[in-house]
Amino acid sequence: MTWKNIEKMIHESWDKKIQKWYAHNANRIYVDIDPKDLVAFSRFLFEDLQARFIIASGVDTPRGVIEIVYHFDFYQLPVVFSLRICLKKPKPEVESLAGIIKGTEWIEREINELLGVTFNNHPDMRHLILPDDWPEGNYPLRRDQ
Amino acid sequence: MSEIIPIGPYHPLQEEPEFFRLHVEGETVTRLDIEIGYNHRGIEKLAESKSWDQVVFLVERICGICSTSHPAASINAMEDLGGIEAPERAQYIRTVICELERIHSHLLWLGLAGHFIGYNTVWMWAWKYREIVCDICEKVTGNRQSYAMFKAGGVRRDILDEDIPWIRKSLDKLKPALDMFKGAVIDDPVIHARTKGVGVLTTRQAKDFCVVGPTARPSGVAIDVRKDDPYFAYGWLDWDIVVLQEGDVFAKAVCRVLEMYESVKILEQCLDKMKPGIVDLKIKELPAGEGIGRAEAPRGEVYHYCLSDGSNYPARYKVRAPSYVNIFSNEVACVGQEVADAALVLAAVDPCYCCTERVIMVDDATGNEKTIKGSDLVKLSQDKTKRIQKSLGL
Repeated sequence: MTWKNIEKMIHESWDKKIQKWYAHNANRIYVDIDPKDLVAFSRFLFEDLQARFIIASGVDTPRGVIEIVYHFDFYQLPVVFSLRICLKKPKPEVESLAGIIKGTEWIEREINELLGVTFNNHPDMRHLILPDDWPEGNYPLRRDQ
Repeated sequence: MSEIIPIGPYHPLQEEPEFFRLHVEGETVTRLDIEIGYNHRGIEKLAESKSWDQVVFLVERICGICSTSHPAASINAMEDLGGIEAPERAQYIRTVICELERIHSHLLWLGLAGHFIGYNTVWMWAWKYREIVCDICEKVTGNRQSYAMFKAGGVRRDILDEDIPWIRKSLDKLKPALDMFKGAVIDDPVIHARTKGVGVLTTRQAKDFCVVGPTARPSGVAIDVRKDDPYFAYGWLDWDIVVLQEGDVFAKAVCRVLEMYESVKILEQCLDKMKPGIVDLKIKELPAGEGIGRAEAPRGEVYHYCLSDGSNYPARYKVRAPSYVNIFSNEVACVGQEVADAALVLAAVDPCYCCTERVIMVDDATGNEKTIKGSDLVKLSQDKTKRIQKSLGL
């Protein structure tokens, strides 16, 4: 499948749900969506478009929201397609993708302990990189701490 | 009777600490728990207090073996952020460094894998020929490891024209060694018996666990950033990606051996095509925005994402190393294997290894703890090779 086809399919199915489509250049696309559409959109990318999940990155922005960017690519294509969601503090939460994409399990655990984002229905929310006795409610990548 | 065998967090076969808890029924592994985080250094947070130039040096410290892969992804991210295109000669020099690193990293793995199965000759020879590559690195960059060559917009040092004939000669010395290793892996009946059908990761599993590099390609997943999203000089050169279908430890070994040939091919073309020119654009600042950088490390795709507010420091810096996704796939690759093969399967993803000083065996039924040394686990594996050799009349 070419990127043109993939782009067309994404627009056809998701145009109404996409809040912002930004192409930094031809191969780097950033798309903002509502957190409640995340699971369905990711399922569409992973199952229907055969996308590959690369990683997610969380950031505590100065605007007071926690932003998570899920990075995907499409195997042999040079395009990185990044889905962005914004979660409100103080209790940011979103549905886990681990049920659809096994490879998201670790990074969701990491974002949970570093930024305090709750991933609902995650199968195994233990600490990943912080010690087990790390104080509750202390999130190293939060700006307000 | 169900038992748990912990491996780690420090293991003589591993360079980095990670902890594997093997659940076994008799000799068969039934489940694997993986714990990481023993060596978390907070590099992402640290990057926020470094200037863009310093970030490249910082990420070079993430890995001691593939020390140039992280700087490569890092400058790709910065150049993506700033829309910068480095000069042609710099792109060739960067490619040379990356491929030299791939060869020495694969040779290091091959040596360790040889040691695991009791082939210490393979270990010594692989590491002996690795010296040739390290010598080239030293000549070109001044260092055998951690070369500090890369910066956004160019490289810090040029390759001297008078060094190029010597580099070619060194590569010529390496080629017969690669033929020897290829023969040693592909033609050896004992290696076949130890590695074929062992630790299989299917194509579906590889895609579900989102694995990369020489863990994905032997499972029939044809991904390689150098081909898919060409950076540096890779798009201008003629080379192939190595894809196999079996997904077992044997395929992973063959994949790495064949990739070294491709690396030599790439190196020779770079030396041929490199023309005189500037090697650095002397970039002073980067704009606000986001940047994504990818690079194919010896272990797979390295992915860096940076967020800039226009200042001299990144507002957020995210690093995804290949082992982060590859190690997780052991959860399925290890299940159903014999304990004697477990170390080999865990090693087959080349997980930027760590060292365990000892292994504790816990008997679930009685709660008894039996401590055995890490070297005993290696011995288990080596004994199995000896049994196979004996049965083959070798």
